[in-house]
Amino acid sequence: MCQPQVVAAYPITPQTHIIERLAQHVADGELKAEFINAESEFGAASIVLGAVAAGARSFTATASQGLLLMTEVLYNIAGLRLPVVMVCANRAVGAPINIFSDHQDSMSVRDAGWVQLYVETNQEAVDTLIQAYRIAEACGLPVMVCMDGFLLTHTFEPVDLPTQAMVDNFLPSFQFSRTLDPTRPMTLGGASEADNFQEYRAAQQSAMEDAAPVIEAFDAEFNEQFGRSHGGLLQPYQLDGAETVLLGMGSLMGAVCDVVDKLRDQGQAVGALRLRCFRPFPVQALVEHLGGAKRIIVLEKAISIGAGGIVAAELRAALHQAGIMTPVESVIGGLGGRDLTPDVIEALFQESSINEVGTTFQFAPDHVSLPQKNMEATNNG
Amino acid sequence: MDNRDSFRHNVLTSGHRACSGCGEAMAARMVSDLIGPDAIYINATGCLQVFTTHNQQSAWQAPWIHSVFANAAAVASGVEAALRIKGKSTPVVVQAGDGGTFDIGLQCLSGMIERGHDVLFVCYDNEAYMNTGVQRSGSTPHAVRTSTSPPGQFSQGKKEIKKDVISIIAAHNMPYAATATIAYFPDLKAKVEKAMRIKGPRFLQILSPCPLGWVHDSALSVSVARLAVETGLFPLVELEHGELTGVMRLAEQKPVEEYLRPQGRFKHLFANKAGAVELRHLQALADARIHRYGLLDADTQWDTETAMQSERNGRGGYWEEREHG
Ligand code: SF4
Repeated sequence: MCQPQVVAAYPITPQTHIIERLAQHVADGELKAEFINAESEFGAASIVLGAVAAGARSFTATASQGLLLMTEVLYNIAGLRLPVVMVCANRAVGAPINIFSDHQDSMSVRDAGWVQLYVETNQEAVDTLIQAYRIAEACGLPVMVCMDGFLLTHTFEPVDLPTQAMVDNFLPSFQFSRTLDPTRPMTLGGASEADNFQEYRAAQQSAMEDAAPVIEAFDAEFNEQFGRSHGGLLQPYQLDGAETVLLGMGSLMGAVCDVVDKLRDQGQAVGALRLRCFRPFPVQALVEHLGGAKRIIVLEKAISIGAGGIVAAELRAALHQAGIMTPVESVIGGLGGRDLTPDVIEALFQESSINEVGTTFQFAPDHVSLPQKNMEATNNG
Repeated sequence: MDNRDSFRHNVLTSGHRACSGCGEAMAARMVSDLIGPDAIYINATGCLQVFTTHNQQSAWQAPWIHSVFANAAAVASGVEAALRIKGKSTPVVVQAGDGGTFDIGLQCLSGMIERGHDVLFVCYDNEAYMNTGVQRSGSTPHAVRTSTSPPGQFSQGKKEIKKDVISIIAAHNMPYAATATIAYFPDLKAKVEKAMRIKGPRFLQILSPCPLGWVHDSALSVSVARLAVETGLFPLVELEHGELTGVMRLAEQKPVEEYLRPQGRFKHLFANKAGAVELRHLQALADARIHRYGLLDADTQWDTETAMQSERNGRGGYWEEREHG
């Protein structure tokens, strides 16, 4: 659809059939691209780095250990301001080794300088990739499209594939202004010292800030052309009059919205907010959507060990800065593929999970009787 | 205007920040001038990258990119793939030191060769991590003093022998792999030109003395490189698809001592008996290479069987100590 000219990847569960299918498209001549099965994820990321620097739209996909193996190159791609697009098929990070889904992998590279968009459905994955190239190329930033491993990557659901003409109309062909080209020789990636290094970082930060309205605008434009919006930065659900807001990222929000429906039917003033764009962290939009809430529960599938919930901590900082002192209940769950069932989510709503003084978060219960379930059992489960 | 250099491409201009007498700077100037500005250069992290692109200044008059230390060959793979799909034939050249080739960069290099990318990979081999202050690498020869292989009561410098990287590269069914030095420019020129005529992955290992790390007079860089060849320690060879297709033969062999004496990195070997043992090992290693590549008509004056055993052992002759208890 997006017509990448170079696809480089190293196989890792649960990303494999994304790249297997692309290899087949290339083999069948449906996609005119160089397909490169690299010698490692580190190599794959480096190959797309080189390809984009040479002016070719490129694609890679990975997960988990593979994403961490790429880490050095991820920072480098962002620092070189190369518009690379990749899919992270979100998976837990070992040890213990675990192939199932959580967000630890992409959250661990949140500071690398990549835009991060977390999708809820396979349709959104398709649509977001198309938007991702447009965002990357317009902002000069790499974009990571994060989709839950297995929950999305291995789930079949009907997807409306737009026509090539529609995609071409939305996504102009790739014209890179800093291409490696002997007719306009340029030095990319030279050394920098204390007298200008910080300016490079400041430029990345401001490009990231500028990306937020661009992400919103492209989603709106996408909606006009394709008839589907995914919310841009945030996707609110039943927020009107909601006193309690459940906030999370990715595919778990489907179950959250079901719970919201059920609770609304019971007359509870509850809504949900899906954080689609984690980087740039949409401070302004979050404050606008959450300013009226009396209770906020953040449910997230990654942990900063030694600190707690990452989204919750950033949200607290954002609200605090805006003078909003609504308590943010931080819950971590769904790690390593554990189910976050509607029952569990409902329990979070029913039982106050206000973190006691001295703690900043708690783990999600793995069944509804939270009070009876002690933390030790959760850990060992 | 200064026109002294106007006959050259000056892909790598003067005014960069290399140490005086830097073999790598000389080698890079020769290579990039032979290839010219109509190419894309990918550099691994290292001295060459640092001294040519300092703080928003660049000594390169060709498109040049540096990403990280280990990935130059993979970046080049991506650049080459992009050019191929766009139907362009701009040559792609990687430049890396021995760290970026023998050690941290070997995996990406192996992948690049195995996938058959049309890239020339040039290793400027100065036999240690010079940019970080002269630590041992897989390329550091036996018995060399580096800051992480220091001589001491229980050490005569680096225990292990230099990694035979050219054989590793050639074993990839490599279209072209060759060694060269800054001391024999016509040989280097012929090899660069030959490499540029061949399609597919190509590899050049260029011995590039480093006055700072080798601790020799900076005026001696070229003669030290020449002695490395004349003693047999650094054979000049060409391998095509794994087969040896060319060697620079020696009229006569010089004793390794002539090569070792001017270099402070071997100074400890001349201080005591233990050092003298290592001198014999180094001589044996030179003999083994002469024998292996047939650099001389006759066998060397030193015992070749001992020499071969010394190399086979892979530890620069430490077998001898073990045998003697
Ligand atoms: S340390 Fe050695 S390789 Fe590095 S610039 Fe100086 S002489 Fe050249």
